[in-house]
Amino acid sequence: MGDTTGEFVGTGLYKSYAGAGADTPAAPVLADCSFHFEAGKLNVVMGTSGCGKSTLAYLLAGYQTPDRGTLLIDGEPVTGAGSDRLLVFQETALWPWMTVEENVLFGPVSRGQSRQSARPKANALLDRFGLADFKDKYPSQLSGGMMRRAELAQALVNNPKVMILDEPFRGLDVMTRELMQEYYLKLFEDTRLSTVFITAELEEALFLADRIYIMSDAPSRIVKIIDVDLPRPREISCTATRRYAELEQEALTALYEGRELEAL
Amino acid sequence: MSDRSIIIATHDAGPSAAASTAPGAAKPPIRPRRRAWPTFNWRGLVAVVMFFLAWQLAVTFKAPGFHEIPGPITVVQTLVSDFLFTRSYWESWLISFKRVLLGFLFAQLLGVPLGLVLGSSRRFNRIVFPVFEMMRPIPPLAWVPLSILFWPTNEASIIFITFIGAFFIITINVYDGVRSIKQEHLWLAHSLGASQLTIFRRIVIPAVIPSIAVGMTLGIAVTWNVVIAAEMIASDSGLGRLTWEGYVSSTPPVVFVGMVSIGIAGALSTLLVDVIERRMMPWKRKR
Ligand SMILES: Nc1ncnc2c1ncn2[C@@H]1O[C@H](COP(=O)(O)OP(=O)(O)OP(=O)(O)O)[C@@H](O)[C@H]1O
Ligand SMILES: [Mg+2]
Repeated sequence: MGDTTGEFVGTGLYKSYAGAGADTPAAPVLADCSFHFEAGKLNVVMGTSGCGKSTLAYLLAGYQTPDRGTLLIDGEPVTGAGSDRLLVFQETALWPWMTVEENVLFGPVSRGQSRQSARPKANALLDRFGLADFKDKYPSQLSGGMMRRAELAQALVNNPKVMILDEPFRGLDVMTRELMQEYYLKLFEDTRLSTVFITAELEEALFLADRIYIMSDAPSRIVKIIDVDLPRPREISCTATRRYAELEQEALTALYEGRELEAL
Repeated sequence: MSDRSIIIATHDAGPSAAASTAPGAAKPPIRPRRRAWPTFNWRGLVAVVMFFLAWQLAVTFKAPGFHEIPGPITVVQTLVSDFLFTRSYWESWLISFKRVLLGFLFAQLLGVPLGLVLGSSRRFNRIVFPVFEMMRPIPPLAWVPLSILFWPTNEASIIFITFIGAFFIITINVYDGVRSIKQEHLWLAHSLGASQLTIFRRIVIPAVIPSIAVGMTLGIAVTWNVVIAAEMIASDSGLGRLTWEGYVSSTPPVVFVGMVSIGIAGALSTLLVDVIERRMMPWKRKR
């Protein structure tokens, strides 16, 4: 494939949520947040818990609008949700009342395609993700890793220009998590599908990323960009290289910069 | 010597242990999991027998309060000789069931859509919800006099009161169900290009079905409560009336026949509702 679309440019984005009461001031979550997530790259966004990563993801997906600033996808302003940018949510969002196959078919069928014509592609994806035998199961019958793969299939069947993944592997056990990382890495290296991958784990970030964008604490913005120039295709062994250690050190310095010990 | 015998014993533990050591058998065979039937609850049975025994003894020895109360044997005799094979007894069943089902059905037909709209339209909610909340705390039986005045027939007024009993419960449950739909579920459908109608049909409705089921379970129980009381106050037929007449005509065994019948009728309805609910939610059945 190698699409070169799916580029996000954010400039001076602000976002705050309304306070609990009418008088309570809105707490700013994003403040002057700017970034350039390049197309065809695996862009990783890192930040601590509660810094506003999911909020950023909702802005990218078009579920929420920024208070100020501009957000462009391939040069066009983001005005709402669309199947060109799909978000895999932090918590599973598979519809529990649909089987895995129905979940995957929902997108194409909703946009007017017939079930019959959409099925081959859906099944090919389910096959690729090792879910062929589970397509008639309900999500509650799947393991955590399977659910995540089903969600990837559910998104990819729509040919999105860019995938946004919000801490997709949080909550999985270590082994499943590592398998899923290799899974996504392989998918990316095969297709070069533009990706915004949100995580709080440095190892995950370094293993996957072309570039890491580090967020400050709320009110947050991108404070540091690290180019991860580890060669692709990557193997887990790359984490043992000298370059990896250097990058890790650089990232750690950036992450702890300006953070007092007592603030932890 | 004793050590050795222990080792032999563990090796002979069972067929699966033997199979795992046999050459060529990579894994011990997995036994098909059999459904575990609950072992017979003999303590429960003893307690039930004790209950009837205590009752009979209290009646035989005229314990305080038991002067006019019949024993279980008398009740069963009355049930068999005067009711079980009479047409009017089964007609009472039929009439009460009909009232419950009609009231329940109307409550579903009106309550489910109302709850859906209350939950999804802000403007409709702002207008209608205060009126709804004003009426909701009024107990169904407080509607009896008004209902009799309003409806042309007694039958209609009883069905109406029954309806009231289930209506508010069902509506409030559906309303709550709509409001607690996960935002992600709606966002995702929206992203994928689904129309409002598709979102309503394929996301909102199924998401609310568990709440409808809860409303049904609670609703059917309330419906039986209400219909029995309403029959005692305002009707000359049905199981409630049968029970009340037992009291009025000073035939206490009939009171018990009525109570037992109502208990069984309520249990049967609950069973029926359970079956329907399970059909409504196939994704909850398979685990
Ligand atoms: N709908 C909302 N209304 C009000 N405040 C919100 C809302 N959503 C998030 N917040 C607040 O905004 C801040 C950022 O939330 P967000 O979910 O974007 O963070 P996050 O980095 O994704 O955190 P986590 O690691 O827990 O997923 C938090 O302080 C949170 O309490
Ligand atoms: Mg988050």
